[in-house]
Amino acid sequence: MKYRMGIDVGGTNTDAVILDEKRNVVAETKVPTSGDVYTGIMEAVRTVLRLSGIDALDVDKAMLGTTQCTNAIVERKSLAQVALVRLGAPATTGIDPMTDWPMELKQVCRHWTVIGGGYEYDGKILSELDEDALRDFLESVKGKVDALAVSGVFSTLRDDQEKRVREIATQVLGVDVHISLSSEIGSMGLVERENATILNAALHKVARAFTQGFAKSLKDEGLENVRLYLSQNDGTLMSIEDALRWPVLTIACGPTNSIRGASYLSDLQNAIIVDVGGTTTDIGALQNGFPRESGVAVTIGGVRTNFRMPDVISIGLGGGSIVRRHEDGSVTVGPDSVGYRITSKALVFGGDTLTATDIAVFLGMADVGDRSLVASLDRQLALDAMDVIREMIEDAIDSMKLSADDVDVVLTGGGSIIVPQRIAGARKVVMPAHFGCANAIGSAMSKVSGYYEKLVSYDEIEREKALQLASNEAILEASRSGALMDSVEIVELEDVPLQYYPGNMVRIRIKAAGELA
Amino acid sequence: MRKIGEREIDDIALGAALLGAGGGGDPYIGRLIALNAVKDCGPVTLMDPDEVPDDAFIVPIAMMGAPTVLCEKAINGGEYRTLAKMVESYFGRKIFAFMPIEAGGVNSMLPIAAAARLGLPLVDVDGMGRAFPELQMVTFTIGGMSATPMALTDEKGNSCIFNTITNKWTEELARSVTMSCGGSVSVCLYTMSGKEMKTYGVRNIVTRSEVLGRALRTIKETSQDSTEERFLEITNGLRLFKGKIVDVKREVRGAFNFGTVVLEGIGDDKGHRAAVEFQNENLCAMVDSRIIATVPDLICLVDCNSFTPVPTDALRYGKRVLVVGLKCFERWRTEEGLALVGPRYFGLDTDYIPLEERCRT
Repeated sequence: MKYRMGIDVGGTNTDAVILDEKRNVVAETKVPTSGDVYTGIMEAVRTVLRLSGIDALDVDKAMLGTTQCTNAIVERKSLAQVALVRLGAPATTGIDPMTDWPMELKQVCRHWTVIGGGYEYDGKILSELDEDALRDFLESVKGKVDALAVSGVFSTLRDDQEKRVREIATQVLGVDVHISLSSEIGSMGLVERENATILNAALHKVARAFTQGFAKSLKDEGLENVRLYLSQNDGTLMSIEDALRWPVLTIACGPTNSIRGASYLSDLQNAIIVDVGGTTTDIGALQNGFPRESGVAVTIGGVRTNFRMPDVISIGLGGGSIVRRHEDGSVTVGPDSVGYRITSKALVFGGDTLTATDIAVFLGMADVGDRSLVASLDRQLALDAMDVIREMIEDAIDSMKLSADDVDVVLTGGGSIIVPQRIAGARKVVMPAHFGCANAIGSAMSKVSGYYEKLVSYDEIEREKALQLASNEAILEASRSGALMDSVEIVELEDVPLQYYPGNMVRIRIKAAGELA
Repeated sequence: MRKIGEREIDDIALGAALLGAGGGGDPYIGRLIALNAVKDCGPVTLMDPDEVPDDAFIVPIAMMGAPTVLCEKAINGGEYRTLAKMVESYFGRKIFAFMPIEAGGVNSMLPIAAAARLGLPLVDVDGMGRAFPELQMVTFTIGGMSATPMALTDEKGNSCIFNTITNKWTEELARSVTMSCGGSVSVCLYTMSGKEMKTYGVRNIVTRSEVLGRALRTIKETSQDSTEERFLEITNGLRLFKGKIVDVKREVRGAFNFGTVVLEGIGDDKGHRAAVEFQNENLCAMVDSRIIATVPDLICLVDCNSFTPVPTDALRYGKRVLVVGLKCFERWRTEEGLALVGPRYFGLDTDYIPLEERCRT
């Protein structure tokens, strides 16, 4: 028997599960997320391995969904110093790089230049690459930066100039300086693509530290046969080699993992997923088995990118949310929380702070910690606090609903014990087995994807046929990445007309995803 | 007269996305261009049309071409100075103020950048009250005004002035030059006197954009429940349909994005089907094959939850949208107006019936 291990790092807890080949949960665990994230991951790995009783050598895959990159950006920690070269002059100089970035985050990229380069919409040269200006700039930043981000006008159409910059930069700056090319990271829209590229370059040190550290530690724990994957923000997995090159893609994989895990555990295809953590609750929608996507451009740490992410709203409510009665008699729950210190701070754990978990224990909804420690709590305060919690959840569910009809609600996450079973607007409230580790299960269950992109002329080949051919290519690509052929399906399909191209030209982009063999 | 700075630019951009009625281009890139200009040169003075002398020389600013190209290949920043020099030396007059010609979409933002860069005021007026795909589709054409002499420049520094016999010809010729220049150029056209601006322009449209934008930004904060009703109240909009996108057909003909989006009803509209046809902007909305709104009224698709405007190039399967109708500028409903932008001009086989009348039946 072979096993797979899923690990998901949340703001409060780090979860780990081990699944067998039939996808039964063999063992699960939940440990506090450590300040350095890494220690918590390793503790979860050790614990779940011990609980499962299996031989470490039988684990052949490990999937990690981690917040390390997000944290690094939000906390502005361990970010590399980046220099940016934009190829586009004389165009694009009307918009400085990072125009609408938060002030502090701009510090990751203090050196930038816009030089001659770029293409027109039809692939013609906008400007020849200004190699002299490039070399001058690279010389001026040499020794001052650890990474280089390169963006070029219409580089998604033609990437030769960006690749040439990589060659020259490697000569000038040396092989130790990381280089991120925008053509490998984002889609159309120079500013958003450039933003993601700068963030990617800034993250390379964080990514190297955690992937290499993690891989080594797994070996040290005896998981010698394991192949490592990282969850990425579209809900599929990527190899560790890819994660080192494109760490920015690991950002915000949490909500996707939790929604997919909830779908698997509840066996529902359409539902509202309420994932209650220690500090926040994420509410997402499951639509035909996939997370519903948001149409809004995704911002990371205040920076706009062109990634797509699941449509999720977050509210400041979790198991560790602090409960207060105010002078005017009103009761509030959150948004501040004791977070991962819940096991020392909450009353039921012998602490001194009244949390949402204490309320749930007092009202007999949950049995954690020592109930006698909350026995003297004011009953009216507890009831009022529970009303506030119910109202917060009901409002959030309502804003995710698309009609007045009642919906199925799936509760997941360690904090979900604080949610009452009766919720207005819910047809039924399901709390599936292993609900506490839905994220880690989602991570372990993730699919691998294949991507295919091509320019075609609908004048030469009709739409249906072109899409069919392209779909086949994407499916093949997914199976090359390790997906089981008969499980692969098309998860994204887009045909975008290229204005001004003769002959009804469109760009077809297709993504297929399937189960890992 | 008042100053507009970064906050106002953010709100105007959001309002302009709604007034784009599906097209006009994402104002985001224009917003960055305007923000850069205001950061470099300080806030812009916004003037009420009545504050402008009748004999003042007023110059509208716009981009021409594909907004998606502009999102990839932004402007140089020096274009507006080039354009200003060209028209001032051609007419031998000093520019008094700039104005937008198209308040919907990305063109709402560029005149702000021009005004900031040249230190001139912006007038609270436009020539459409929304976005339209062709350059003769402005209220000033009703007034018999010509788009030319029109100045055009690209980011590389190529420039020219057009003199044409009709506005249709201007459209025709400027399109070809735009394509040769790489698909996106800066222009000033319909240069006019203060009197003409006041007689034919859509007044206070920049302020309307800003009010709409601020409302969209704060709607979730200010109203606890029935946000949909609140949204309709603020926009003075008519609820046409609510549904899930089940198909998007697109086709490029000439320089335009044609297409149809098909919606399957949800909520109150369950069991019904709607379709919205577009040519860059939304042209016609049908429910169960019955027309419920056409150009020149504004047909806007917004996200069901956030009310964020959804442009035609962001239509995607599975997305839930609310279709809302907004009344167009009164002058578009006249015979001359409908000849320019009525349903028949866009190839729709129907007479124009005002939105509110179609909805009543």
